[in-house]
Amino acid sequence: MDLDIKELGEYISNTISANVDDVAFAQDELTLSVPVASLIKVLSFLRDDANCQFKQLMDVCGIDYPAQEKRFGVVYNLLSLTLNLRVRVKVWTDEDTPVPTATGLFSSANWFEREVWDMYGVYFSEHPDLRRILTDYGFEGHPLRKDFPLTGYVELRYDEEQKRVVYEPVKLTQDFRSFDFLSPWEGPKAVLPGDEKADEIENEDAS
Amino acid sequence: MGVETSMQANQGMPIPPGADQDLILQQVTGELQDKGFVLANVDKVVNWARTGSLWPMTFGLACCAVEMIHAYMPRYDLDRFGVVPRPSPRQSDVIIVAGTLTNKMAPAFRKVYDQMAEPRYVISMGSCANGGGYYHYSYSVVRGCDRVVPVDVYVPGCPPTAEALIYGVMQLQKKIKRTGTIWR
Repeated sequence: MDLDIKELGEYISNTISANVDDVAFAQDELTLSVPVASLIKVLSFLRDDANCQFKQLMDVCGIDYPAQEKRFGVVYNLLSLTLNLRVRVKVWTDEDTPVPTATGLFSSANWFEREVWDMYGVYFSEHPDLRRILTDYGFEGHPLRKDFPLTGYVELRYDEEQKRVVYEPVKLTQDFRSFDFLSPWEGPKAVLPGDEKADEIENEDAS
Repeated sequence: MGVETSMQANQGMPIPPGADQDLILQQVTGELQDKGFVLANVDKVVNWARTGSLWPMTFGLACCAVEMIHAYMPRYDLDRFGVVPRPSPRQSDVIIVAGTLTNKMAPAFRKVYDQMAEPRYVISMGSCANGGGYYHYSYSVVRGCDRVVPVDVYVPGCPPTAEALIYGVMQLQKKIKRTGTIWR
């Protein structure tokens, strides 16, 4: 029995509705929102069920919404080669609540979860080797959190006396500035510096 | 001595093939046959040897490495300048920092530089290596590789073309000719 993505969404919500908060279908993509407690149940169902067979975990990524009570999202992107379908599984958590590791189900989850831990500080319980993976040795903080400053806290230089690389607090000769006034995100009414009175003069000429 | 005076007249510039060059070669050969030795400035000979075989340490860090590879490949062929990439810092005279130097890489980079034998030179290639470039405000990137090692030549560009890198290598050769001494 081959299902298309919509039927699959219905099938999943009928079969394991108790473990899934929400099944969303948008732009031909299926997203399951799952409570932390039943994440492993849902992932193993998606992997092992004969109608799903999502045997590959393509990616695990993090999201950060600082305004939310559960600020961190962890997104699991699954692929079923047999059905040629993809599905997204989302869980929400905060700084203190650990997410159970998916390493037991998908071995690829090992490094993906290390990356999410590194970048967002989401703790994965019972992970075999939860270390930082991308950032510098001895790095402090989680850089993709919204409250992490762009330039970080330390910078590095070689010290001629100590004959090694040393870390020092960041000292920028010039702060970061955004000059992209014409960006569509800045709004169509953005005014270039120096142009504040341009419209007024035009209006005076007209009258 | 005739040889010395004509060399001084040229101020160390290469002499194009022709009657002038033939004359000097004849003088040198004559002197060799006559006395069995030639007198020349040792430091000039040493500088000539250094500029003619600048072996760079392969140190491609990012996209600039691709342009560096282009410069080695037959079209631009850095081999012509005696520039042959080496896999070991012990064998190299110059290190081309081609790409973004991150905080995590910096200690390793310094270690490689420290392992190179004197005299050693550094070519900083591309915006990221020159001053952080696009990643200047990043938390994880060194704002210029001159914070970690002394740099001889900066090649601007993002990434610099293969021609630009070759020009940088030629500038370094010029610098060595101008400033190089036996004792550094």
